[in-house]
Amino acid sequence: MSDNFPLFPEQASTFAWQVDYLYFLLLALSAFFAVAIFFFLVLFSFKYRRRSEDERPRPSEDSIAMEVTWSIIPLILSLAVFALGAGVFFRMYRAPENAIDIYVVGKQWMWKVQHPEGKREINELHVPVNQPVRLTLASEDVIHAFSVPAFRIKRDVVPGRYNTMWFEATKAGEYRLFCAEYCGTQHSGMTGRVVVMEQDEFQNWLSGGASGETMVEAGARQFQQLGCETCHKESGQGRGPKLSGVYGHTVELTTGQEVVADEDYLRSSILDPGSQVVVGYKPIMPTFQGQLSEETLMQIISYLQSLE
Amino acid sequence: MTTDTAVTTPPPARTENYLRSSYGIKSWLLTLDHKRIGILYLVMTTVFFVIGGVFATLIRLELLTPQADVVEASTYNKLFTMHGVAMIFFFLIPAVPAVLGNFILPIQIGARDVAFPKINLLSWYCFMVGGTLATVAIVMGGVDTGWTFYTPYSSTYSSFYVPLALTGVFINGFSSILTGVNFLTTVHKMRAPGMTWFRLPLFIWAHYATSIIMILGTPVVAITLLLVALENVFGIGIFNPDLGGDPILFQHMFWFYSHPAVYIMIVPGFGVISEVIACFARKRIYGYSFVAFSSLAIAFLGFLVWGHHMFTTGQSMYASMVFSFLSFLIAVPTAVKIFNWTATLYKSSVSMECPMYYAMGFIGLFLIGGLTGLFLATIAVDIHLHDTYFVVAHFHFVMVGGMVMAYLAGLHFWWPKITGRTYSEGWAKVGAVLIFFGFNLTFLPQFVLGYLGMPRRYHVYPEEFQILNVMSTAGATILAAGYAVVFVYLGLSLFMNRKASPNPWGAKGLEWEISSPPGLHNFPATPIVTKEAYAYEKDDVTPADPGVSDEGLQIPQEEHTEA
Repeated sequence: MSDNFPLFPEQASTFAWQVDYLYFLLLALSAFFAVAIFFFLVLFSFKYRRRSEDERPRPSEDSIAMEVTWSIIPLILSLAVFALGAGVFFRMYRAPENAIDIYVVGKQWMWKVQHPEGKREINELHVPVNQPVRLTLASEDVIHAFSVPAFRIKRDVVPGRYNTMWFEATKAGEYRLFCAEYCGTQHSGMTGRVVVMEQDEFQNWLSGGASGETMVEAGARQFQQLGCETCHKESGQGRGPKLSGVYGHTVELTTGQEVVADEDYLRSSILDPGSQVVVGYKPIMPTFQGQLSEETLMQIISYLQSLE
Repeated sequence: MTTDTAVTTPPPARTENYLRSSYGIKSWLLTLDHKRIGILYLVMTTVFFVIGGVFATLIRLELLTPQADVVEASTYNKLFTMHGVAMIFFFLIPAVPAVLGNFILPIQIGARDVAFPKINLLSWYCFMVGGTLATVAIVMGGVDTGWTFYTPYSSTYSSFYVPLALTGVFINGFSSILTGVNFLTTVHKMRAPGMTWFRLPLFIWAHYATSIIMILGTPVVAITLLLVALENVFGIGIFNPDLGGDPILFQHMFWFYSHPAVYIMIVPGFGVISEVIACFARKRIYGYSFVAFSSLAIAFLGFLVWGHHMFTTGQSMYASMVFSFLSFLIAVPTAVKIFNWTATLYKSSVSMECPMYYAMGFIGLFLIGGLTGLFLATIAVDIHLHDTYFVVAHFHFVMVGGMVMAYLAGLHFWWPKITGRTYSEGWAKVGAVLIFFGFNLTFLPQFVLGYLGMPRRYHVYPEEFQILNVMSTAGATILAAGYAVVFVYLGLSLFMNRKASPNPWGAKGLEWEISSPPGLHNFPATPIVTKEAYAYEKDDVTPADPGVSDEGLQIPQEEHTEA
């Protein structure tokens, strides 16, 4: 991965140079102020060292102009750096439309990955180069954090909700994957690697192996096995609402509130159905809390997303 | 024997200093004297500093190699947790305010004690009960949640005496609140005649700002811990997602206290540095009112930036931006302080004695701590650095490089006043230099490790990080040696009969106008203040003569033969 004594991490994503550029800017600013302050401290300490015990310096008057100057300069510099940092963050926060989806579950103490095409892996993540990838992150237990230093990205994996993150790898190779949020005894063992492959290699890798079932297919199977469709009928005549076309649209709740049916809404509707009942329906659905693994939930939600 | 006996007519009933006014364990454990309570805190915070230091030593030892060799994973997790708990809650938060503040604050404003002496003693007992519970939790089995106690790990998945340690932290919180209430009231109501707000030493301003944070912030962590208890006992879903709670809510509430708590730790240190620099530069602190108000500005802004600990949690993008923006604003009052301290030295009369070594070390290290804080306030950079060794290095620069250096500056500055003894100046300088270099060697490599991506709280780590970790451990060894030197000569000074004069540094301030150590009631008569703080240039500089007390108070030197 790298030699024995690295001082700077590899740059392997489109964010890497953007973050590094901010880092060097901050280093330069810090070096300037640190050197300036150290210089004056040392200079004054020598130049004005006490030469006799009864030496008495002359009083100096406070200067408002001086105070304002050295307040304004750091203020302007800080705000400039803030704006640059927020700009890069803005791009980090929203995945582009053409990103491919991969689903990641963190649990004590391993990473489990599912590709929509059905391929699964543990403590490894294979991705194509030069292709935006969006990860949907869920946790089975405590808070973890998915961190790939070579990509300069990190996102907490929080139980009870989905977090997403995205990146675009720029260089084929293997990079370290860490759990960055302390998660218990084997926290430092919750590591792995991200393998960035050329696009055609990735396609070969994806179609290799004997998984067979895609996430949508697996979700459809679960949907049937759990008996969801006895109420959520395609005809819309069931005791629960019809689920085609729900994903991504606004639904009105019995509370009068309107919410967008995103992944988190679908997830909480399965695990805690009584909390967000769609207007016109009764809160009769049983909870599936504790019965479904995060991976299964992701499959079911993939299936629901696929229903046009 | 010393020769500095100043024989004047002994004032009636005031000959005894506070250390000799009464004897026996009971006279200490039931004391209402702010000075003795300060000493009680000094002893106990030192005990916790040593405990925390032993944990730190074991951590650095384990990290010498990438593999697990000294301790196993679960032990390591307990070590860094207990290092954090002992150091933060039982050393860093109380040390400057409860030790130096308790001792010096009432004297500096010309008061005989704090406003509520009994509450002051109660605060020490809260500290002791909290500290004892936390210690019991360590001895019984340990806590492995990290000092941040993040849910749901701390509430659901970790059973190692977490509730006991949390109760300890909860009770200890009241000692902070009580100290804050006492200081605020004391500063408002008990200033000597003529001690106007803008004649207050900056040490007082800093403690005033700190007290506000203690009173407003600490109840929030108490509430948070109560909610954790409610959830565990009654199964009410607050933080646990399985019960419909939100684990991120815990982080919001935790950091709403714990970020301001960082300022509880460092702002009193700012006050110490102002005192020391003014004395050893013989100059009024440049921009006095800006330095005073910057403490209040930091206290206020400190409440509005907690979300910068949570940029990676998935909190709303715009919330993150606001928190980032406000965090950058804190850079301004902090920079103002550093510029003003530096400007104070201009055309001054600098005497590099031990407290000044620490003060200069403080400015350098705190400056680096502050500047690296800007890296973490920059959201995009923080995403990369969050939960890495960069953060560890950053807050150790602020906490150890800043707060501990300031504490040592203050301890050395006021040691003659507190104990009535002087220490070895030569050894003191050796200690200060060892600590400075040891500290830098320990924590500078960790910035590099952090940018490389090494996560914190890792028991084993990839091999390419080893060289930097070895450097860090080597530095920690020097740092530990430096602290040991300080312990030894300060300890020895108590047994050597080198008596301190009332004003060994030729300093200004009411505490230097009374005997060392002070009499039981501090002042024989209420002092009347006629001058601003740090009037070094204006009139007679008090010569660093032993035996002559200043300003017409004419308190005779205590002269006792060793018992």
